[in-house]
Amino acid sequence: MKTTFLEFEQPIAELEAKIEQLRYVQDDSAVDISEEISRLEAKSLALTKDVYSKLTPWQIAQVSRHPQRPYTLDYVEHIFSDFEELHGDRAFGDDRAIIGGLARFDGRSCMVIGHQKGRDTKEKIIRNFGMPRPEGYRKALRLMRLAEKFDIPIFTFVDTPGAFPGIDAEERGQSEAIGRNLFVMAELKVPLITTVIGEGGSGGALAIAVGDAVLMLQYSTYAVISPEGCASILWKSSDRASDAAETMGITAARLKSLGLIDRIVTEPQGGAHRDHKAIAGSVKKALQDALKQVSGLSSTELIERRFDRLMSYGKFKELPVH
Amino acid sequence: MSWLQKLLPPKIKRSAESTRKSVPEGLWCKCPACEAVLYSTDLENNLSVCPKCSHHHRVRARARLSMLLDEEGRFEIGSEVVPLDPLKFKDSKRYTDRLSAAIEETGEADALVVMQGAIKTLPAVVACFEFDFLGGSMGSVVGERFVRGVKAALDLQAPFICFTATGGARMQEGLFSLMQMAKTTAAVARLAEKNLPFITVLTDPTMGGVSASFAFVGDVVIAEPGALIGFAGPRVIEQTVRQTLPEGFQRAEFLMEKGAIDMIVDRRELRDKLVSILSLLQKVPAVS
Repeated sequence: MKTTFLEFEQPIAELEAKIEQLRYVQDDSAVDISEEISRLEAKSLALTKDVYSKLTPWQIAQVSRHPQRPYTLDYVEHIFSDFEELHGDRAFGDDRAIIGGLARFDGRSCMVIGHQKGRDTKEKIIRNFGMPRPEGYRKALRLMRLAEKFDIPIFTFVDTPGAFPGIDAEERGQSEAIGRNLFVMAELKVPLITTVIGEGGSGGALAIAVGDAVLMLQYSTYAVISPEGCASILWKSSDRASDAAETMGITAARLKSLGLIDRIVTEPQGGAHRDHKAIAGSVKKALQDALKQVSGLSSTELIERRFDRLMSYGKFKELPVH
Repeated sequence: MSWLQKLLPPKIKRSAESTRKSVPEGLWCKCPACEAVLYSTDLENNLSVCPKCSHHHRVRARARLSMLLDEEGRFEIGSEVVPLDPLKFKDSKRYTDRLSAAIEETGEADALVVMQGAIKTLPAVVACFEFDFLGGSMGSVVGERFVRGVKAALDLQAPFICFTATGGARMQEGLFSLMQMAKTTAAVARLAEKNLPFITVLTDPTMGGVSASFAFVGDVVIAEPGALIGFAGPRVIEQTVRQTLPEGFQRAEFLMEKGAIDMIVDRRELRDKLVSILSLLQKVPAVS
């Protein structure tokens, strides 16, 4: 697969194009240019490392939306076995922007739920660009309940620009669907491990992300509103998205330092999209660790622990009471 | 434009306009729905419902609590919790400046006021959003005060009622704000566990992060007539679907038709309605 390069990666793209060209001529060249090629490859790697060591929050937001970034189903393929997709909310329909089903994690039963984006135009439309409608959240809720009933852990994968802001979504109670999930997740009797793999878009992300551990990929984002949305409200111009991304604190590193997430999963050089298998391996290891931390707890302990975590969110000042 | 205005030099015209504006603010006001000019005291005496067309004007949090709670035995919960600026947030203005301006303007320290008291002798804890404080947005303080209110209700074995009036999560507190959705809703789940009634009254407007957290998980969900209630704002929806929205979209009446709320209650009947519902849920004799 040919890598798609983002705007700020243009120097790398040019170098890669040159390497590609040399590789092409190498076949019918009398002179050995393999040395030159490996020299350039090393240069490209160094350049990538350099560019990625200095990414701004807005650039990270772009990496998190990279068209080749691994989506939930890619992780399902690499991390889990025996995936049995389950469909529908039993009330209205099957929302393809959220997928879910039973699977095995290290041989043990589990439930996997995640936002799903599409690769090509056709699939993007089917998946509604990863923006769920109420029936998607209600399907997720049904599957969480199912997991609870059979006492199996839940893994959720977050990757959405946000819940779909459409007429039909409002008519069918988008607010209620999201709120209900928050309500139920707070007291779910089984472990729930959340990983933000791409875009963590506001309430639409949180609706499957109230977890006992919240993991974030190095170049994923998690925010109360998209940088563009924030900029258009506060600066009255979406061109200021980069400023909004900076000030809101949407990156894994910033959120970890604020104590809002538990762990960062390091991505391969140049981002997760460069090596799906490698990132899936790292995510798997992180999930194993996270699950181990909570698997010894009774359901009461688990719920209390989750409740205490939720109650600790927030930064405020407390005046002396008189 | 009158002949006098035409005669006046522009400078005087401007000052004349500003004095004209300041007059109705105190004594008179115009109903935005029926355009009737109303004597402010009349409006207030009618719980800020237009006596001509029944349009429900927005009400400040403390005024709302005064309308609802018995005068005796009220006291405030969570006022010791006041805002910080955890992200050092700055857009065209600093968040701290926005906070100071809002504090100055409203006399409140943040966008939620919680009180413990009684409604016609029935004990209850009531939380009210202050829309005039940064659009009633939910940040860390709103979340914490809400939770302290819920804890008080649990301690008192009393119902918890929340009046919402909000644009949603507070952007200036970033992900801390988003987490308040999970925090408040988890607290409400504890009320459910103890079978204590949780009632939400959705007033104009109730949007975004508040709408999509505890607002619709109330045991009974009430709305005020004409209130705008929804997840996404109408402008965002219009931009996304590139369609004009139907008349009355996201209004309380629309939600009623779609089955999203239990009832629409006129503010002037709300106190009696709440008392009736609370006494039924708690299996106590009717209160008159």
